[in-house]
Order: sequence, then C-alpha cells, then structure tokens
Amino acid sequence: MIFFFKRAFQDIRTNSFLSAVTIITIFLSVLIVSTLVLFFLNTNDYMNSWKKGIKIIAYLKPDIAETNLVDIKNKIHGLYGVAEAEFISKEEAMKRLREQMKRQSSLLNGFKENPLPDAFEIRLTEQFSNSERIENLAVQIEALPEIDDVEYGRRWIGRFIKLFDLFRLTGYAMSGIFFMAAVFIVANTIRLVIYSRREEIEIMRLVGATDRFIKTPFYIEAVIQGALGGIIGLAALFAAYIYISTNVEQSLSFDLLHVRFFSLRLSGAIILCSMLVGWLGCFISLRQFLKE
Amino acid sequence: MIEKNEKSTIIRMFHVHKNYGSKKALSNINLDVSKNEFLFITGPSGAGKSTLLKLLYLGEPVSEGQILIDGMNLSRISRKRISFLRRKLGIIFQDYKLITTKTVFDNVALVLEAMGKKRQFVQKKVNSVLRMVGMEKRFNAMPQSLSGGEQQRIAVARAVIGMPKIILADEPTGSLDPESAGAVFDLLKEFHARGATLLVATHDQELIRKTGCRVIYLKDGCQVSK
Repeated sequence: MIFFFKRAFQDIRTNSFLSAVTIITIFLSVLIVSTLVLFFLNTNDYMNSWKKGIKIIAYLKPDIAETNLVDIKNKIHGLYGVAEAEFISKEEAMKRLREQMKRQSSLLNGFKENPLPDAFEIRLTEQFSNSERIENLAVQIEALPEIDDVEYGRRWIGRFIKLFDLFRLTGYAMSGIFFMAAVFIVANTIRLVIYSRREEIEIMRLVGATDRFIKTPFYIEAVIQGALGGIIGLAALFAAYIYISTNVEQSLSFDLLHVRFFSLRLSGAIILCSMLVGWLGCFISLRQFLKE
Repeated sequence: MIEKNEKSTIIRMFHVHKNYGSKKALSNINLDVSKNEFLFITGPSGAGKSTLLKLLYLGEPVSEGQILIDGMNLSRISRKRISFLRRKLGIIFQDYKLITTKTVFDNVALVLEAMGKKRQFVQKKVNSVLRMVGMEKRFNAMPQSLSGGEQQRIAVARAVIGMPKIILADEPTGSLDPESAGAVFDLLKEFHARGATLLVATHDQELIRKTGCRVIYLKDGCQVSK
C-alpha cells in the first residue's frame, strides 16, 4: 500500500497541471454545494425558530376558580404534543396589550372592567410541526370543560408549514442535483487526466500489470485531490463567512442576519463527501476507460 | 516421440486467421515454436508480422483458430488472466514504448513492481539488468534524453527483467543505426543463450542471414515457407 501511495504522490507531482485542474474543479464544486447547504442550513434554523414560536392560546371560561388552575394546567400538560402551558391572567394580558399598543394604550382607559379573559399560552414540542396534528390538539384543548375558546392562527400555520416543507424538499433536491453535477464534472476532469496518460496505462498493461495495479494509484490520487479540493473549498467559504459576519452583520446590526458556520463534524463530513466525489469520478472514468 | 515433441513446444498456432472487418490480415497460420528456439518472422511491410506477434500477447484477439502458449489456450483465457500471460512474455517494440514521464530505472522496475516484488529485490535486479545492457549510468535519465539505440536497450532490459520464457521482438532494430542495431541484437542473442525463446519480426535480411536460424516468411497474411 505504501508503494501505491508513493506512486500516487509521484503521479500528482509529474502531472501537476492536470492535478491542479482536478483540485480546482473539486474546490469549486465543494464551494458551490457548501454555500448552498450553508444557506439552507441557516434558513432552516430561522424557520425552526419561527416554528418554535407557534403557540395555541386557550381562553378560559369566566369565573373559573383559581384553585382549579393547577388542575387545568395538568390536564393540558397531559396532552400529547404540549411542551409548556403558561397561565396568563387577564391582568397580565391587559398589561401586554398596553405595551403593544404603546401611545394608543390610552384608548383602553375607556373600559370600566377588564374585558380580556384568563388564558393559557401553550407551546408545542419540536416534533409537533404538522398542521393537522396542531388542529387535533386544539380540538382536544377546546373540548376541556373549562375552556371557552382556542386560537392558533390556523390558516397561517398551515401555509407556513407547507412552505417550510417545500423549502426543505427544494434544499434536499438541489443539494442532490449539485452533488451529482459535481461527480460528473469531476469524472470528466479525471477522464481528461486518464486520457492524457493512456499511453502509460497501455504500456503498463503490455508489461503485465493487473487492472488493480493500474487503478489503485488513480483512486488514491482522486481521494487526495478530493480532500484537498474539499479543504480549500471549505476554507474559502469560511473566509467569506468571516468577512460577512464581521462586516455586513455589524453594519446592518440586524439580529436576524446572524449566520452560523458548519460544525466541525459537518465540516469533516463535507471533506469526506469531496473525497467520495473524487473516488466516484475516478471510478466512473476508469471503468469506462479500462473497458475500451 | 510425439509426447516429447509436445513437451518441448512452447508456442502452437492452429489454423489461425485474423480479419480486420473484411480485410484479411492473417490466413491459416500453423506454427510450432520449440523451447529456446530463435525464430525470425519476415516478409514485406503489411505482410502480417506485427499482427502475428500481437495475437501472441493478446494485443488483438484471433478471428479463427487457436493459440497455445506454454500450456495456456489464449481463446479461453479470461480478461483477468491476460496480465499473467504477459508476465511470461517479454515484449520489445520498434517504437520502444517507454513511459516518458518515468526515469529509466522506473521504466524497467515497472515489470517487477507489477509482479508485486519487494523494493530491495527490484532495486538489485534493475541495477543488474541495466548493467547487462550497459545503461547503469543512465538509470536516472528520462527516456527523451536518450538516443534511439539507448532507448531500445532500455526496452530490452524491461523485456527481460521478469525472466520471461518467451521474448517477442517487433522490428527491434528497425529504427536504429547499424552499430546500435548490432548492439541490441547481441543482447537478444545473449538472452537466447540464457534459455529464452525468441520470436523476432524483422525485414532485415542481413540480420537473418548472419544468424542462420529458422525463418517464417509471410506474404499478404499467408505463411509462404518454413
């Protein structure tokens, strides 16, 4: 195996131009796919955080005794899909409303009595993202004898979840298509490398070299080139990320624009994927070439 | 007697035909070559000399007939076994076929490396063969920096380093000056003296006359005389 590694490094040095072309091709492919993945990952994060904000407000019937509140809370908590149920008294609700209305809050002074009902603000578990499930849960809560009405933005949630699923599906599909495109671009570049060395391969065959003897250094070369292309691609993306996070983010001072980079594990997985792209490209090209 | 004869035969060709489309390159070739024989294949250009050698190292498949080399039937040989057949053969080409991106040493070492020999053995053996062909001082040179005669010596070194039973030489002196041609031919004779069977395709009648070995004459793909 050491012999094959030596031969692979020797071949990379000898065919430095074509090796550089392969590395640049893999680097560009990794850069494009990683940028896309990073975009989808960050957007996914934002959408998830919005999703976490989905709440059901359950309004209580008037004249519910305070002693029953713990019991009602336990009943709501016992339902599948409920992460948290917080009691909002009508005084607290009025306070929040005043804060929201700001200058117009003086309009509320006209009320002799607080017209707002007591309520429970119910947060859902993360897995509970299906609009049908949310609707079912709302029906169950509404069926409790102490609950007067339930509100959860039925139409908005339905649309949001559909949009979120479509976005995620598009992300998977585009990443898959870009991955395949990268494999075929790399396969064609490696085919050029193999074609430029066809005489060498032919001579090797004539002196009794087995297919394995011929192929192994090509595979090692492709995996090394894949790793190098992946590392350079990620480094370029990281540099762009640092630039954006220090310049653009600060100048906008916009909380929403906080972008996160890949974790170490994910970075490792991307480098492994770029090595796989190199290997696959080599496999496709060599299979066709050695058949001829 | 027949059994003894069969045992000493290393190459057998039975009614071998080779066609390229509708063009007949070789027709009904029957040939027995004994172990350690020195055989010339001659004839005018386009007679089928190179094609005949190609069939022996499976550079081309036969269209009809059968070839046996050292007990291996080439029509039944699997794709994987072709490399093992070629290790029994040492092939010398008129255009040398050296890898231009590798040094003299690496070109010669390639055969042993393909056989999976250990590095120390390869180093020792390559040095000894390069010494034999008088190229030990040029071990680090690239093929392009060598003369035609020197390149052919390297090709001979590569052909013999695996100690093949059979050496196939296709116009080994065709592109060389008389002095270099003589040196290369002397090398071939030396390996023949060491026990190898030699098949040399050439149209150099002077060379054939000097050695006095058996000659196969081809004309338009047909065997004219033995």
